[in-house]
Amino acid sequence: MRHQARGRALLYLVVAAGGFRRYATYGTATVAGVFTNTVFGFIVAYTYIALWDERPGLGGYDQAQALTFVWVSQSLLAAGALIGGGFQEEIQERVRTGAIAVDLYRPADLQMWWLAADMGRAAFQLVGRGVVPLVAGSLVFTLALPDDPVRWLLFLVSVTLGLVVSFALRYLLGLLAFWLMDGSGINLMATVVSIFFSGMLLPLTVFPGGFGELVRALPWAAMLQVPVDVLMGKHAGAGGAAEALGFQAGWALVLLGVGRLLQAAATRKVVVQGG
Amino acid sequence: MAEGAVLVERGRERGPEAAEVVVRRGRVVEGVRGYGLIVAMWIRSTMTYRTSFLLSAFGNAAITLLDFVAIYIMFSHVDVLGGFTLPEIALLYGSCSASLGLADLLLGNTDRIGARIRDGSLDTMLVRPVPVLAQVAADRFALRRLGRVLQGLGVLAWAVSALDVDWTPGKVLLVPVMIVAGAAIFGAVMVAGAAFQFLAGDAAEVQNSFTYGGCTMLQYPPTVFGKDLLRGVTFVVPLAFVNWLPALYVLGRPDPLGLPGWVAYVSPLVAFAVFLPASLAWRAGVRSYRSTGS
Repeated sequence: MRHQARGRALLYLVVAAGGFRRYATYGTATVAGVFTNTVFGFIVAYTYIALWDERPGLGGYDQAQALTFVWVSQSLLAAGALIGGGFQEEIQERVRTGAIAVDLYRPADLQMWWLAADMGRAAFQLVGRGVVPLVAGSLVFTLALPDDPVRWLLFLVSVTLGLVVSFALRYLLGLLAFWLMDGSGINLMATVVSIFFSGMLLPLTVFPGGFGELVRALPWAAMLQVPVDVLMGKHAGAGGAAEALGFQAGWALVLLGVGRLLQAAATRKVVVQGG
Repeated sequence: MAEGAVLVERGRERGPEAAEVVVRRGRVVEGVRGYGLIVAMWIRSTMTYRTSFLLSAFGNAAITLLDFVAIYIMFSHVDVLGGFTLPEIALLYGSCSASLGLADLLLGNTDRIGARIRDGSLDTMLVRPVPVLAQVAADRFALRRLGRVLQGLGVLAWAVSALDVDWTPGKVLLVPVMIVAGAAIFGAVMVAGAAFQFLAGDAAEVQNSFTYGGCTMLQYPPTVFGKDLLRGVTFVVPLAFVNWLPALYVLGRPDPLGLPGWVAYVSPLVAFAVFLPASLAWRAGVRSYRSTGS
């Protein structure tokens, strides 16, 4: 039994490594992506400077913290697949062509298989597309990055949880292909929602009133707003950190659970043709 | 194909120069015709999944509208940004959104060229009797992108009604000219970006940083950005002509770089001027193409 569990863990590790390597081969695309994230970072940074000049302390951030928000966002955007990308189109395509039947026959759980592959992809993009924009931003602007290694460690845990939440949501989109023949409309809507509600356009702490409270409680907050706040020490103390990470873990569990239910319903729908 | 051959024949009778002209005109006609046929095919195919089309057209409008909601939220905290009011920024936002939407609708899929070079499917396009650029531009033509155009025009209409502008015939004329010329400038950037991918491989994102990134910048007033950046987008990649310079004139505000007022009207010329190097780069790109052989 234990032997089998170890075999499983090893399998998912190999799948994750495959995901990492697969994206590592797109060298030019990665460099192009870094360039784009950096350009966007500069544009957004200037608009935030104008905004925070006008309203110092907006959303509970000083200007350095607001700029940190910009550059950390640009660094996490590809890893979290916040503006699209990732695997959901691939599942949809496999459902459409029927290749999903092969996936179902693998001696592995469908959800865990895709989670492992997506974590591999995210790990590559965190390193490949995350580091350079943040360094570029910190060279040109004054950022509020912490010196405390524990804070960075907490940030990494928070980023990982955010990536799992992002995966779990996109897995639901992928599975919808069992019911909808063409997923492009749904994917686009999902991207819209993700850009707006993750805090990529504007930190969620700037959203006013009850609407602001609502957006900060939704799962998209777990993908960007919470990790950035953890890095900047907005959730101070052990209690604060536990609350922030617990919020993310809660959404991860709920969404993965819904994914399992949907997966069970979807696999019952599969009709394998031919022999 | 046959039509082209006939044109060539007719041209030959009139000597080599005439043949060249006729062939060239033939190619443009062929390109536009081919583009139209491919576009019609993709529209028919899109309409097979009508619900999905409506959802994605709506999503496309919403994706940019949420941008504007973010600006709106900013203005719930401030009265001016970079010295500009919300309706003034809405003018910038709406015009650049409509221009980019138009360019994206007509030419946006040129950024897929990198993927086509990588998987070798560009080869199929080279042997077809339609200019490659027309094929690449019409490839997977997405009618849903009309959503962004309509959304941009909607915000623009609101801006125009909310603004307190002393409208002259020149200013009224300048608004549609700004949209169309802006679309042409973005289109030229897209073609140049596609040509760059022959050199660099899959670098669609670089193109995006000039088009989408450019539009994100142009929806804010130029006063927000540094002078060096302004010089760059005025004289190097002339994005400032997409909407900043015409819109500043409409709003009666001076250009931060101190350019004279008449530059507001030169956007169409600038669009023409940037299409020349872009199309030359495209031709050089196609000529330099070596198939992956896969």
